[in-house]
Amino acid sequence: MTGSVDPIVINITIFVLAIFVGYHVVWNVTPALHTPLMSVTNAISSVVMVGAILAAGSDTIGYGSILGGIAVALVATNTFGGFMVTHRMLEMFKKKDRSADRNVGRVPRSGPAGRSEDAGRVPPSGPAE
Amino acid sequence: MSPNQSAILYLAASVLFILSLKGLSHPLSARRGNYFGMVGMAIAIVTTLAMTRRVDVALGMMAVGGLIGIFAAKRVQMTSMPELVAAMHSLVGLAAVLIAAAILHDPQAFGIDDPVPVGNRVELFIGAFVGAITFSGSVIAFGKLAGLGRYGRVFSSAPVTFAGQHFVNLALALGMFGCGIAFVAAPAGAQWASFLETIGIALLLGVLIIIPIGGADMPVVISMLNSYSGWAAAGIGFSLDNSMLIIAGSLVGSSGAILSYIMCRAMNRSFFSVVLGGFGAGEGTVADSSVQKAVRSGSADDVAFLLGNAESVIIVPGYGLAVGRAQHAVKEMAGKLKARGVSVRYAIHPVAGRMPGHMNVLLAEAEVPYDQVVEMDDINSDFSSTDVAFVLGANDVVNPLASQPGSPIYGMPILEAHKSRTVVVNKRSMAAGYAGIDNPLFYMDRTMMVFGDAKKVVEDIVKALD
Repeated sequence: MTGSVDPIVINITIFVLAIFVGYHVVWNVTPALHTPLMSVTNAISSVVMVGAILAAGSDTIGYGSILGGIAVALVATNTFGGFMVTHRMLEMFKKKDRSADRNVGRVPRSGPAGRSEDAGRVPPSGPAE
Repeated sequence: MSPNQSAILYLAASVLFILSLKGLSHPLSARRGNYFGMVGMAIAIVTTLAMTRRVDVALGMMAVGGLIGIFAAKRVQMTSMPELVAAMHSLVGLAAVLIAAAILHDPQAFGIDDPVPVGNRVELFIGAFVGAITFSGSVIAFGKLAGLGRYGRVFSSAPVTFAGQHFVNLALALGMFGCGIAFVAAPAGAQWASFLETIGIALLLGVLIIIPIGGADMPVVISMLNSYSGWAAAGIGFSLDNSMLIIAGSLVGSSGAILSYIMCRAMNRSFFSVVLGGFGAGEGTVADSSVQKAVRSGSADDVAFLLGNAESVIIVPGYGLAVGRAQHAVKEMAGKLKARGVSVRYAIHPVAGRMPGHMNVLLAEAEVPYDQVVEMDDINSDFSSTDVAFVLGANDVVNPLASQPGSPIYGMPILEAHKSRTVVVNKRSMAAGYAGIDNPLFYMDRTMMVFGDAKKVVEDIVKALD
């Protein structure tokens, strides 16, 4: 057997393994967080923006870049909206566990999460108790 | 940036996406998980921009979409989360179609040979038709969830069925694959006709798949569309030979598929019976009982007395609570009861609410501590030692008939509220639940019915508790 492996075979390998990873990770998600799971997977699926940016980035403005540009706007709604609404929901789950997890370390806010959608948000002030 | 460098960065982003889902295994790690997802997305986008020669169009459009997204995310009511999620699925689907069209128009911008080779065409076909079905199906789902039935029958929350529906769907699906074969086999420059036909049929198919599904099956529909949007993204990943897109798409696809399975299992229905639809037809009809059975009905004051003198109370919230937006009133009532030393917990059925986990979010919004909110399997054994089970706007999920062979809902897992010492049920009327069957729970000697809007009733109980 000589010759290189066709890219499609490599893609299928990645695809099958990723489904396995997804299967095991998702079964571990607590049922209470199934709605945030949906909104965050929504945000993650907007990674098709990669394709849209390539289309929008062609040298000349033509049908390709117009289609790509529209696609960028559509999925950017998901990217920013999806992560943000997930954040909003998870904050609600935090509010009430203050008394329960007082000794659990708070998630550092100064991490590399420097996404623009977060920049405008005031970090929640410390626990109110 | 060399292709190798970008591939490594894409790998980092993929790992972060996996970690972001992993974080959701517990409410405490979930926020960190969401940040992982954001960082992964930022890496993916910046890497792609760095490889692109012209970024002005992309950045401008990103700002437009991003602002709309942030606005929607800030403004959306938690009761309307299902609509928002459905709308977002439709955007991913439409974007997948547009990207497929852009690839076909200008393959070289994506580093694909022109004309597009046969292998890539197969992948393009898959990405495009899954995207189109996701788009039109999600639009219909959005309409059903948002109650747009008055603007068109396709948005009606009741199932829309017609003779030969399944045959029409099958014929359309076969026609679509026929167009797909024509698209793959078409000579260079003549692919557009079959491509557009594929898209057209897929759009129609998306509408026809969703319209026969009844309103109460929406948790399954929305999970299913979640899954489709992931597969569409993976399909685009195949066309672009981009492993990050394939990984992210597969994660989303399997997540949606698992949620669909969990929802179907919680209703004891097969996935196919939901998808083939028509089951929700009996929704809202009054149960046909020839014998007029007696129910004991009481006032809010009576309930307040019962609850105030109990030691333990389990609240069973259902769809009616979400519709009546009564979650804040319920939280206030629970606070008053706790001040009197009553133990209060909430029992959640997997299909309570309008999407998976919806009820948990609604209770979280009302600042109910999540350790008081218990899943069905963990609380069922506690009902028999509970003084009062307070069923708020739930019906089929507490129907004891589920354990009787021959009943339409036989085998469906239920919350065993009927085992508690006293049962209080709040409903708007004696109408049957979505399964269209009567509920013996309402006629038990130990049951007291309180009729009325959930929010109003609970507010009256709060007043009576003062």
